[in-house]
Amino acid sequence: MRIVAVTSCPTGIAHTYMAAEALEQAARAAGHEIQVETQGAAGANPLDPAVIAAADAVIFGVDVEVRDRQRFEGKPTVQVGVKKAISDAAGVVEQAVAAARDDAARPAFATSPVPGPTAPGSPALASKVTSDAGVGTRVRQWLMTGVSYMIPFVAAGGILIALSFMLAQVVAGKQGAIDVTKVPLATVATNFDALDGMHWAALLFQVGAASFAFLVPALAGFIAFAIADRPGIVPGFVGGALSVAIGAGFLGGIAAGFVGGFVALWLARRQVPKGVRGVMPVVVIPLVATFATGLVMLIVLGRPLKAVSDGLSDWLAGMSGTNAVVLGVVLGLMMAFDMGGPVNKVAYTFATTGLAAAGTATDAPQLKIMAAVMAAGMTPPLGLALATRLRPGLFTEPERENGNAAWLLGASFITEGAIPFAAADPLRVIPSLMAGSGITGGLVMAFGSTLRAPHGGIWVTPLIGGVVPYLLSVVVGTAVTAAAVILLKQLGRRSDQAPAEGRLATV
Amino acid sequence: MTALITTDLVLLDLDADDRAEVTRRLAERLAAAGRVTDLDGFLADVRAREEQMPTGLPGGIGIPHARSAHVAVPTLGFARVPKGVDWGAEDGPATLVFLIAAPEGGGSEHLTILAALARRLIHASFRDALLGAPDEQSVVDVVTREVSP
Repeated sequence: MRIVAVTSCPTGIAHTYMAAEALEQAARAAGHEIQVETQGAAGANPLDPAVIAAADAVIFGVDVEVRDRQRFEGKPTVQVGVKKAISDAAGVVEQAVAAARDDAARPAFATSPVPGPTAPGSPALASKVTSDAGVGTRVRQWLMTGVSYMIPFVAAGGILIALSFMLAQVVAGKQGAIDVTKVPLATVATNFDALDGMHWAALLFQVGAASFAFLVPALAGFIAFAIADRPGIVPGFVGGALSVAIGAGFLGGIAAGFVGGFVALWLARRQVPKGVRGVMPVVVIPLVATFATGLVMLIVLGRPLKAVSDGLSDWLAGMSGTNAVVLGVVLGLMMAFDMGGPVNKVAYTFATTGLAAAGTATDAPQLKIMAAVMAAGMTPPLGLALATRLRPGLFTEPERENGNAAWLLGASFITEGAIPFAAADPLRVIPSLMAGSGITGGLVMAFGSTLRAPHGGIWVTPLIGGVVPYLLSVVVGTAVTAAAVILLKQLGRRSDQAPAEGRLATV
Repeated sequence: MTALITTDLVLLDLDADDRAEVTRRLAERLAAAGRVTDLDGFLADVRAREEQMPTGLPGGIGIPHARSAHVAVPTLGFARVPKGVDWGAEDGPATLVFLIAAPEGGGSEHLTILAALARRLIHASFRDALLGAPDEQSVVDVVTREVSP
C-alpha cells in the first residue's frame, strides 16, 4: 500500500520530525511505502503531486492546520494529533490502511467526499481550487470559494433584517418596517427595553446590518484566499471593505479579491533574503499587498466610479419626462445589474430622493418610480430561489441552500440575496436578473402602482397602492428571471467541463 | 558551525523534582555557555510551549523546546534524571530530557540539524546509547555521531 503523510506541530522543530520518523519506521515495518512531508521550521519538502495522486491513503499527524490541504482532497484520510503519530505510529498506519480498504470497497463515484475524520486539530479553511485545472475553471473555483464563505453572511444578515421588518410590522403597524431602520445603533445599545417589540426589531435590524457589512469583504477576502492562500486574506478583506466604502459593490469586491490575491501570490513567490523570510507571511506580504490593493481600489477605481455614478444620475434625471414604462424598464435593469454597486445605487437613490420630493401627494409619479424600483429589487433573489427549486441540478450545494433563504430575502426587498449566485457565475446570472427586473419595473410603471416606503418588501404592503398588479409584476419578473437563468445555465453547461462542476459541488 | 552539544551542556544523574526544575537547570547551563542570552525569557518561551501540550513521550523522554529570540545558537541540552520526573507522557516519568533551543529566525541549515536530532529520538538504539553513556563526553559523541549534518 502507498501512503503519504503530513506532519506538523506548533513549534516546528521537534514533534514534526519525530512523527515523520515514527510514521516512516512503522509503515516500512508493516511493508508499506510511505513519503512524509514535514511542515516544520526547517523549510518545506512538498510531496510530488504524482506521489499524492498515486497514494492509497493519507495520514495527517498534525497539531496545526495542514498547508495546502486541498492537494489531498478525495483521498481516504486519517487525521491524528502529532503526539499520537509518534507514540502509536503503527496503530495510525493501520488505521490508514483500513481507511484505504474501506474506500476501495466503495463504488468509485462515492470516494471523493471523504473528510479527515476525528480531527483533533483545528479544521483548516478549505478552498475549492484544484491546481491542475484550466484558467476558466480556476477563475470559477476562486469565485466559488469566495461565494461559499460569503453565503452565511448573506443568509444570517438577510434573515435577521427580514425578521426585523416582520416583527416591526406586527408591533408597530404599517410604518413599522420604515421606523425600525431609523433607530440608531447607540439607542439599541444603551436604551434597550426587553418588553418593547420595536426594540427587539431594531436589535434584529442592527445585527443583521452588521452581518451584511461583511458580505463584500468576505467575498473579496476569500477570493484572494483561494488565489494566494492565507497571505491573500488581509488584502482581500480590506479591499472588499474599501469597495463598500467607495460604493463599488460586489463587483468591486470581486475586483478587490483578484487584485489582493494576485499581489499576495506574486509577493509570496519572490525570493527574499533569509533574514526577511520569517516576517514575509505575517508582516511583509499583508502590509504590501494590502496597501497595493487599497491603492488600486481608491485611486484607480474611485474616480471613474464617481464619474459613472454622476453620469447615470444626470441621465436618469433627464429621462423624467419620457415614457414612464421605458423609465421603469431602465430602473429595473439598473437595480439588477450590480445589486448594491454604483448602478444599483443610482437607481435606488433616484427613487428615494423622489420619495422625499413627492410629499403627501397620493398619486405622484415619484411614488410609482419607488414602487417600480422596489419590485425590481425583489425579483432577483426570488427568481433565483425559484430556479434552484425547479432545477436544483444546475446549482451547487451552497447555492441551493442560499436559494432557500433567498425566498425570504427577495420578499423583503433584500436584493443582496442574489449576490452569491451572481458572483459565482456573473455572465449568466446577471443578464437573467436584469431581464426579470427590467420587465417587472416596466410592468409596475404600466400598472401605475405606488409606494411611499423606501424599503421593506412585502412587509410594507399596506403602503403600496395597487397591491394586486404590483405583486403580479413581481411574480412575472420572478418567473422570467428563473426561466432565463435555467436556460443560460443549461446552454453553458454543455461547453463546461462536467467534472469540475461535480467537484465543486462536493466540497 | 558551532557544535550542537558540548560536555558542559550534559547533566548526568540530575536530581530534580519537576519539569520546571530540570528545564531550569539545563537552561542555566545554556545561559552560562552564552548560547541563551536571557535565561528567564527563554524559560518563559519553553514554558509557553509546554503549556500548549506537555512534551513528554513514551519511552521515558521529555523534549522541552522553543524557538526563541533569546537563543543565540541552536543548542541541545541533555539531562539524565535517574529517578524520573513526570513530563506528561502516558507511560510514566521521563528519565531522558532533551532541551532543544532554536533561534527565532534561525537559518534552515541549523534547523535541519535539529530536525535530524528529532528524528533520532524515535530510535530505541539512540535512547539506549544515551542511557548507558558512562560520561559527558560519551553523550556528546553519541549525539555528534548520530546527528551528523
